[in-house]
Amino acid sequence: MALVNTTKGEMDDSLLEKKEGFIDNDNEHTTWIEYWLEGDLVHRSAHVKLKKTITLSAEAASFN
Amino acid sequence: MANTQAMTTSFLGELLTATHNFTTGTGDTFKAALYLASATVAASTTVYSATGEVSGSGYTAGGVAVTNGTSPLSSNTSATAGVGYWTPSASITYTTVTLATAFDAVLIYNSTQSDKAVSVHTFGPQTVTAGTFTLTMPSNATSTALLRLATT
Repeated sequence: MALVNTTKGEMDDSLLEKKEGFIDNDNEHTTWIEYWLEGDLVHRSAHVKLKKTITLSAEAASFN
Repeated sequence: MANTQAMTTSFLGELLTATHNFTTGTGDTFKAALYLASATVAASTTVYSATGEVSGSGYTAGGVAVTNGTSPLSSNTSATAGVGYWTPSASITYTTVTLATAFDAVLIYNSTQSDKAVSVHTFGPQTVTAGTFTLTMPSNATSTALLRLATT
């Protein structure tokens, strides 16, 4: 058992319904976790891991 | 409208005027602000603005400071090509926030230099309820760093 921060204060997770999911694509790997109490969402956290770099292409001009 | 992942165009020019200092410790302070999915941060963004920024319990306008524990690095990949690169040295974390309206972008900007915009990074729309939102950075390497300046 663990305490979860919720919209109703800290609650024991055994009292809550837990849902988890993820998104994985070329841009990100995201996980999320939700806790529900009697049909109400009382906690949602998300963790995004960025995969895609942003690259600036640099070039020096030639004189010929 | 939508947010678009990009290094901002103004940042490209500012590189040539040494406007931004990414040196660890003695350099500028960079921050990360979250934007609603309905906002329009993109390459054309020049400075941080609260317009379109998320709001909610536990979130301070302007976002959070970016941890810069590693100065930019550079490496030659051939006699004529190379890459300079930089990545924040820790995850960007918004702790105990409630952000009820979907957001899908973070703007990295230089709070030392009049909030000049650096880059926009997008992800799938998210909400947070009495929870934590974490952005984990890619590896700080020549081919994977968050920001890369490369010659070919």
